[in-house]
Amino acid sequence: MKLKLFGAVGMALLLAACSDHANKNVNTGAATQQVGPAPGSEADLVATAGDRVLFAFDKSGLSDDAKATLDKQAAWLAKYPQVHVQIAGNCDDRGTEEYNIALGERRANAAHDYLVAKGVDASRLTTISYGKDRPTAPGDDESAWSQNRNAITAVQ
Amino acid sequence: MTSSVKPLIPDDDAARLAAAFGRRGFMAGGVAGGLAATPLFAPGHAHAQAAAPGAEEITVDQARTAPIPIVLPSLGTGVAQQITDVISADLGNSGLFRPISATMPQGTPDFPTFKAMGARAVMTGRVMDQGSSLRVEFRLWDVPTGTQIQGTAYTAAAQDWRRIAHIIADVIYGRLLGEQGYFNSRIAYIARSGPRSHQVTRLAIMDQDGADSRYLTNGQWLTLMPRFNPSNSELAFLSYANYRPRVYLFNLSTGQQRILGDFSGISFAPRFSPDGSSVVLSVTRGGGSDIYVVDLATMARRQLTASGAIDTSPSFSPDGSQIVFNSDRGGAPQLYIMSASGGDAKRISYGHGNYGSPVWSPRGDLIAFARIANGSFSLGVMAPDGTGERILTEGFTVESPSFCPNGRVLAFCRQSSGGSNGAGFATGISTIDITGFHERALPAGSASDPAWSPLNK
Repeated sequence: MKLKLFGAVGMALLLAACSDHANKNVNTGAATQQVGPAPGSEADLVATAGDRVLFAFDKSGLSDDAKATLDKQAAWLAKYPQVHVQIAGNCDDRGTEEYNIALGERRANAAHDYLVAKGVDASRLTTISYGKDRPTAPGDDESAWSQNRNAITAVQ
Repeated sequence: MTSSVKPLIPDDDAARLAAAFGRRGFMAGGVAGGLAATPLFAPGHAHAQAAAPGAEEITVDQARTAPIPIVLPSLGTGVAQQITDVISADLGNSGLFRPISATMPQGTPDFPTFKAMGARAVMTGRVMDQGSSLRVEFRLWDVPTGTQIQGTAYTAAAQDWRRIAHIIADVIYGRLLGEQGYFNSRIAYIARSGPRSHQVTRLAIMDQDGADSRYLTNGQWLTLMPRFNPSNSELAFLSYANYRPRVYLFNLSTGQQRILGDFSGISFAPRFSPDGSSVVLSVTRGGGSDIYVVDLATMARRQLTASGAIDTSPSFSPDGSQIVFNSDRGGAPQLYIMSASGGDAKRISYGHGNYGSPVWSPRGDLIAFARIANGSFSLGVMAPDGTGERILTEGFTVESPSFCPNGRVLAFCRQSSGGSNGAGFATGISTIDITGFHERALPAGSASDPAWSPLNK
């Protein structure tokens, strides 16, 4: 995974350097300076497709919004065929610790299966579940819980 | 004064504990010496006798309503006072005793005075500092009859003074209630620190009263769900080591960890079988999770469920013949029971809301669980056939129940709501009597996932 990550970053730097070349205002000489996120990077995934889909309480069904996001993720992954991603499923804290490990995995699996159906090679995808132990929002109200019921795609 | 003085038989516990203390692992504190227990006969009595009288006319149920008044005079200053305090805290916190402090009587207690105070029993004793070791002489007297019902001298390394105090508290519990106590035991748990969105979690262990806590892992990886094996020598737990969440075994003597089986899915929610020969756990597959049992001698695995749903949180009955578990096969998470060899499962939870985290009492008569309804948690118990459901306590989050060795008390995790920004979040370990009384927070700091050990060996 380290090598793959390095490859992705290396290519991003290369692309950044090319774009920098065209930018007359560059004066630092820093190859990393760029306007937007490096293509193929995590930040690029977030900006281009969105890195996460949200779920209803105790559910793993994909909403239309979720499918639209995953469609964009699939297109993005098609554009960067060397990129591997891990999909992490998460839950709000209104379930038990153990059940939520399985529920989070079920959510990650739902996103995984959708991406595969959209043509992403399964060998580029892994899943993990953090149950309720990695909440995006630290609070405990419906707004926080709705953010914490998710599957987050991360570039490896 | 009455003086049908009866002898003092060293009770079985003391002898067993003494035998076992010689092989303590590093978790017990790295003590070189063992703990010896020898009988102390009642004054004026000449050895070998019939069994000492118990006090079994007092049941735990009676003591719950009317805690047993017991005089616990200070055994002395310094460590002797500390030992007295631990004994008094153990007994008092159980809710079954009402410790009464008094000045130290030497020799045979002044029974009429103690009787007038309403005391049922009195402890006497003394602590002798022998440099690196301690000798603690302990006697327990029945006030109504004026008889000594226990007398034992314990000798152990000086740093083991807490252990001696817990053993004495267990002997008092056992002699007066006719049941084995649970004070000489530990609780494994997950110590938590850092921001809620990414808490550092360490496997940790402490005495059942919260003393002597120590970390077993360094917090590098997310770590959850510790469970003791029946011989108290190993923990099963979930570690996210190398981002591959799997069940591991942690040897409490050597500190070594090894993965349990090599499952392709996430393995989690482990529990040992009552005979310690196997571990039952849950493994994710597709959109669900299946229950497996892994034989520890051969590492052979057997799949017990394949419902396609989430089947998790398995827990053996104490006779090893059945397993209670959590499943959403019917649509929402509920509790089910099946044979330990798998097969048909029968749903046992029918109350309002979702159920989870079932654990079978070591007495066999109850299953404790967490229930979630209307956005908040309850902790309860029910009979294995699903009848007699009782809620013991409620809260924003109350989960992960774990029975003490004699099944009379549960440890659990209590968490408060984070509110709109997370500032209100707190997580800790509490204990509660299985009747719902005597809830108290343990001084474990920010913690979750309590797992009560068997009695220490």
